[in-house]
Amino acid sequence: MSIAETAPTTTTRPAWLALDKIGVLIALVSAAGAALPFALFRANRIVLGEPKSLLAALPAPETTILVAVLLLGFAAALLRFSARIKLTIGFLVLAVLFIFMGWSASYLTPDGDTFARVSPGAGFWILAFAFALLVADALTRLKFGPWQRIAILFAVAAALALLLWSGSWNDLSILKEYSTRAAAFWNEARTHLALAFGSVAIAIVVGVPLGILCYRVKAVRAVVLNTLNIVQTIPSIALFGLLIAPLAWIAANVAGASAIGISGIGTAPALVALFAYSLLPVVSNTVVGLQSVSPAAIDAAKGMGMTGRQRLFGVELPLAFPVILTGIRIVLVQNIGLATIAALIGGGGFGVFVFQGIGQTAMDLVLLGAVPTVALAFAAAVVLDALVEMTSRGGNAP
Amino acid sequence: MKIGLVVRLIVLLLLLAFLVSPQSFAGFFTLLTKNNQPPIYNQGSLLDLTLNHLAIVGIATLAATIIAVGLAILVTRPFGAEFLPLSRSLANIGQTFPPVAVLALAVPMLGFGTAPTLVALFLYGLLPIFENTLTGLSNLPSAVTDAAKGVGMTGWQRLLKVELPLALPVILAGIRLSVVISLATATIGSTVAARTLGEVIIAGLLSGNTAFVLQGGLIVGALAVLIYDALSALERFLMARTGQAGRAAA
Amino acid sequence: MIEIDGITKIYGETPVVDNVTLTVDPGTICVVVGTSGSGKTTLMRMINRLVEPTSGTIRIDGEDTRNVPAYELRRRIGYAIQGHGLFPHRSVGQNIATVPKLLGWDKPRIANRVDELMDLFQLDPAQFRDRLPNELSGGQQQRVGVARALAAEPNILLMDEPYGALDPVIRAKAQEDLLAIQRRFKTTIVLVTHDMEEAIHLGSKIAVMDKGKLLQYDVPQQIIARPATPFVAELIGTSERPFRLLSLGRVADHIEPGEATGTPLDAGVSLRDAYAELLWSGRPALPVTRDGAVVGQVTLAQLSRLAARPQ
Repeated sequence: MSIAETAPTTTTRPAWLALDKIGVLIALVSAAGAALPFALFRANRIVLGEPKSLLAALPAPETTILVAVLLLGFAAALLRFSARIKLTIGFLVLAVLFIFMGWSASYLTPDGDTFARVSPGAGFWILAFAFALLVADALTRLKFGPWQRIAILFAVAAALALLLWSGSWNDLSILKEYSTRAAAFWNEARTHLALAFGSVAIAIVVGVPLGILCYRVKAVRAVVLNTLNIVQTIPSIALFGLLIAPLAWIAANVAGASAIGISGIGTAPALVALFAYSLLPVVSNTVVGLQSVSPAAIDAAKGMGMTGRQRLFGVELPLAFPVILTGIRIVLVQNIGLATIAALIGGGGFGVFVFQGIGQTAMDLVLLGAVPTVALAFAAAVVLDALVEMTSRGGNAP
Repeated sequence: MKIGLVVRLIVLLLLLAFLVSPQSFAGFFTLLTKNNQPPIYNQGSLLDLTLNHLAIVGIATLAATIIAVGLAILVTRPFGAEFLPLSRSLANIGQTFPPVAVLALAVPMLGFGTAPTLVALFLYGLLPIFENTLTGLSNLPSAVTDAAKGVGMTGWQRLLKVELPLALPVILAGIRLSVVISLATATIGSTVAARTLGEVIIAGLLSGNTAFVLQGGLIVGALAVLIYDALSALERFLMARTGQAGRAAA
Repeated sequence: MIEIDGITKIYGETPVVDNVTLTVDPGTICVVVGTSGSGKTTLMRMINRLVEPTSGTIRIDGEDTRNVPAYELRRRIGYAIQGHGLFPHRSVGQNIATVPKLLGWDKPRIANRVDELMDLFQLDPAQFRDRLPNELSGGQQQRVGVARALAAEPNILLMDEPYGALDPVIRAKAQEDLLAIQRRFKTTIVLVTHDMEEAIHLGSKIAVMDKGKLLQYDVPQQIIARPATPFVAELIGTSERPFRLLSLGRVADHIEPGEATGTPLDAGVSLRDAYAELLWSGRPALPVTRDGAVVGQVTLAQLSRLAARPQ
């Protein structure tokens, strides 16, 4: 590989008429996806599925359109078009895939049959993955700024909301699971958000001052960081469980504790456990962020006669902020995921559907819990990454 | 440092003693039980569960290491350079997937038992190792890589004799991270009927027996701390051996 | 002999090295000098094909460098760079042994060669052979870097700002070592630097580069006396010209008969140092000694004539 490291290329072909290596991979994946069943039909919720191929899952005219759009996407992936063209076509293919999946469900469900279930097949997921890859590659190459990335995220979220609101997915089994427990879904969603965001908020309020203390006092640093490190190694389900007993005791013995919602099982131990997990990244990133402030800046601040307090708020914390924010990003994404475990101790959240689904071997129910969790975690990561980037202008990037 | 070593030794000895003869600790765990609940897990051998737990984590981590290091090597060669930016963002996106979701989504494809747990741990373990290997291979001092080319090493010789040995401590840090995450995630595997220490914790949760929850949690926690420390020590040793004491592990 | 023939390297649209032609005679030191971004390093890296030329050819001893695989070519050419580029995970001995090992020398021969080179660079093998590079001082690391480059007895040595990271005292010593080694092994050396002082001190010939173009390629006297462009003149420094010219000569070649008084000068010192000594002592002449014996004198008047622009 060292012999011909650079070979000058002088061609007269148009630039796009050449194979794109990533495109080849995407094309291979999507070809596999097209060959696998597009949808699964089941006579009822529990029985084994009956695979429906791409050609059998939709009426002929729709199939033709879908195949044409897939071929377009295939070409866009394979050839060296500009990233903007690839991005546009990638989004187009994904939109068509999602819309047609809903139509396929309506088409495959016999009229008036309320037991029949249609869910996306392996083919659909793989096709969606392949073109998500195309979109991700194009987005990576386009190197959008933080505001643009947030805008794209909101546009995608709005498109998905529109798709769900229009009702074109109502015949898909995941939405049938939803429709039978819509109230519970929103209830658990609120709990999930409260658990994830509430625990992170408490962790910020406690963790940042604790981090500042650790930064200032070396003796405290070792003790606090080591303790928090050990807390992180306790498996989440065990930590959730271990908090049941002490909180039950507090609820029973401390006046007014149960009135503000503290009890042995349910949300309280979950919130405390999530908070305990969040503390380490917040504290250690605060310490690291403050430590990474350039000594020259601190020296200059001292030289100009700033007091310790003025230095902290005027120089050190603003410069450390992106690193602290990175810590918050880590715990928020982590807690959105971990909050699913709360269901095991009666704490609620999307985990309720995941574990119910596992218990009933009803995959669609698992998806009803897992998909919103993944989507939330992903959205939180995108938004906070963008915030980190916005605040780290001027150096001191994490 | 010395005190730390003694503490770790005591933790290790206590762990071994507890696994070999859990009943001798019954007195302590009885304090946590109510209504004559059994103080020690009685639905299987703790030692067996621990070994099984470690085996699942070990196999998943080994597979993840081989694949992740291989992929990272591929995308840092000239041939795979086009895949580098995409693979970076994929690793980044992948880490936003909660382990529970990965586990739950693996069940429909693989059924219940050990298989979905193995796959979930493997997939989830890939990311930190891949990311660290990328960091290790792409942050080598440019003077050194330049010299390796300049003295006439072929691509393979550069990779095996210079790049991988120098990146090894950072790769190991990734493996350490992956092992610790996997040790904890494997307990969740018991919700899909994998035989891990999660069984003990879940049995405790279902019967309201804090003693079970605590002993399951303690074993996993002790394993994680000990393995984490052992791998950290190995990293520091390799750092010193490779003359990079100044370079921080990621 | 290195023949660089119409070599060009283009990155994107901009030529970094633009149609450079020059020949380095065997057993001489060619110093390529220029500011950063002048293309000097790229030019040097094309000789061992760390950079592939866009057009043009390079021949070594008459053979086109493209006729051998790049890695084989590089094993025949010594390469030493700024910041030494030692492999931090390998001992000093292993570092020096790198190329001989790649070439498949047998073990005793490699061991002998490593010890020989370490002696040559005043590093006690017993003491330093098994140390890691980060346990050495900057000057020692730099010497190991050059020793590694010379390990397989290459007849060409490429050096990229080899002394850039050294302090002035250690740098002067390293430069003297290099000149001694070059005289002993008759190695052909191409050395890249931004320091004109270093170029004049070391170079048999100096190539001045700016914005990818070769402005002038000549012996140091001519570069100082007749800079081809204002840029070359600026690089030399107009106020420095007479002293740079003097620095090229030795007292030994300009001894006059006569007996002067004052602290004697050794015949080996440069004319520049002799001139400084004369000015400082306030005398018109100073005695010159060789091996301790007075052999004549050197005069301020003579040196003033020698410092004037050659006709």
